Amino acid sequence: MPHKSFLAFIWPSLLAMILFIAIPIISVAFQSLHIEHEQILIEGETCGPFGCTPEVSVDSAAMAALRESAPAGRFNGLGTYSNASHLAFDEIGEIFETSDNFNQIRNRIMNLPFYKALIFTIAYTFIVTPLVIILGFIIAVVVNSIPTFLKGPVIFFSLLPMLVTPLVGSLVLFWMIDSRGVIGAALQMLFSDPSLSLKASPTLTWLTLFVYGVWHSAPFAFVVFYAGLQSVPQDTLESAMVDGASRWERVRFVVIPYLMPLATFIALMQLMDNFRVFEPIIGFSAAANATSLSYLIYNDLRAAESPLYGSAAATSMLTIVGVIILLLPVLRSNWREFNRKN
Amino acid sequence: MSNPSVKKPLPLLTLSIGFVLLWLFVAAFPFLWTMWGSFKVEGDFFSRADWMNAITGPVTQRQYGSPFTMAGYEGAWVEQEFWRAVVNTAIVTVSVVIISLTLGTLGGYALARSGFKYTFWLLMAALVFRAMPHVTLVSGYLLPFFQLNIWGYLPTTIIVLVAINQPFTLWMLHSFFLSIPKDLDEAAMVDGCTRFQAFRLAIIPVMWPGVVTTGLFSFLLAYNDFTVTSMLLTQENATMIPKINSFLGSTQEEGKVMYAVAAVVSAIVPLFILILFFQRQIVSGLTAGAVKG
Repeated sequence: MPHKSFLAFIWPSLLAMILFIAIPIISVAFQSLHIEHEQILIEGETCGPFGCTPEVSVDSAAMAALRESAPAGRFNGLGTYSNASHLAFDEIGEIFETSDNFNQIRNRIMNLPFYKALIFTIAYTFIVTPLVIILGFIIAVVVNSIPTFLKGPVIFFSLLPMLVTPLVGSLVLFWMIDSRGVIGAALQMLFSDPSLSLKASPTLTWLTLFVYGVWHSAPFAFVVFYAGLQSVPQDTLESAMVDGASRWERVRFVVIPYLMPLATFIALMQLMDNFRVFEPIIGFSAAANATSLSYLIYNDLRAAESPLYGSAAATSMLTIVGVIILLLPVLRSNWREFNRKN
Repeated sequence: MSNPSVKKPLPLLTLSIGFVLLWLFVAAFPFLWTMWGSFKVEGDFFSRADWMNAITGPVTQRQYGSPFTMAGYEGAWVEQEFWRAVVNTAIVTVSVVIISLTLGTLGGYALARSGFKYTFWLLMAALVFRAMPHVTLVSGYLLPFFQLNIWGYLPTTIIVLVAINQPFTLWMLHSFFLSIPKDLDEAAMVDGCTRFQAFRLAIIPVMWPGVVTTGLFSFLLAYNDFTVTSMLLTQENATMIPKINSFLGSTQEEGKVMYAVAAVVSAIVPLFILILFFQRQIVSGLTAGAVKG
């Protein structure tokens, strides 16, 4: 296809992506170098019956004019990146200097908001993704072996946790694990501990979010693996059987190698989706014990008096760097494949 | 399976069926439980006394004279004006699906038929864009949108959702168009069609299966979105998901939690119906990316 007609077909979608994805990323980079204006203070006097007292107040007219002329705020360089609520270089240095042991270092780093969020995001991404692949594979193998008339309904109900809105899905579970909800009450009975609450301790909150993540995404892995199982070469399976391979050996040496490319695909999708974990934290009201990078940005933008654009933008840039690091191996392998094809 | 060697021993069969039943329970029970419970009062759904109350509903019986009540739905839909959010959601999702499919089919077709190196870079850029957490983009929108005075309106949100949706739509339709033989449109061009006529006359009639599947996923993205809609829309223009979130803040007092439960069930039911009718397309869409890479 010549360049001209290629452009004629693709420009609307290219324009949309440039305007609303590429330019916003540049705008975020620009904002991350700025912070909010300092307040312009004026001194006045309030005079009452007992004489006058000097008073300092915010000059709102001058503030409005300043905001008008420089909406992004004042230039701050990389100051936002290195401050205490982002990379916190000074604090980290101090922690390493003044802490005596590893545990103390860990606990103090976990109190810095950015690192707390980063560690949770990474833990969520790399714990949920493999569990999703394993559970999805087991469900697919088992469902593939049950009578055909059951398969339709099983797939129907399996799709629900994945397709339902993450916020709605997490709310549904949140109400059930409430200490007055059915799962919460059942757990209290099971451990015979009437004060047990999944919301109280950080560990249990993390665990709850991981379980939610697996519940939400396992159907995706299941459906992909299930479709893959339909095309496993029967000849190979039969020759393995003739060679005396047991049921397990057939799965291990024929089915799993055949499905490996699919597992890579699922891992890629899951890494991307889990890295932006956000809605479950709101649905489970888990922000006190677990925050993610996306949640930090949302929280900055939602700040009560005025949104902290600079802070949100700096976290966004750091998140984007994280995404690119995550995708690098994929991009490289795609590049090699593309070169091989041409 | 007539092949006797494939037949399973009984214990293994029992184990598989048991496992499937367990998974079905885990996957479906939360939704069925919440749907059933949405017709109860809070005292039953969150019962301190006995979890069986959520099924039988003695408190609901005492308050309303029947074990089922529409009170939660009435409160959410009428008192809290959830219907407004439903209308907004309908406008947003329908527009997003139509616009992103129009742009996506044109772009995906071009990407599938052009062999130049820049198609690779475009697809890779789309992959990186697809991985961007949406909230990072939102933080880039807010200031410019306030400046241009376009914040808070439905059309702005629709365009933003279309753009965020484009990378995915392009990938999906690109791999779908690759599966349509090149000969089809090339034959039309040999017969004297321009590229666009070939697209309209030869490709459009055969592309509907791929478009329907992609459309389903565009619908899901727009319908399920929380990040963009919650940050870019005013209270009156809010769609269902941000509205539900705002219920959580304002209705935590006694009795109002059921409004949120009713709203959540109202948001799940359309998805239930969607899966019921389009199960086959959803499954094929999920696997399309996997097979093509």
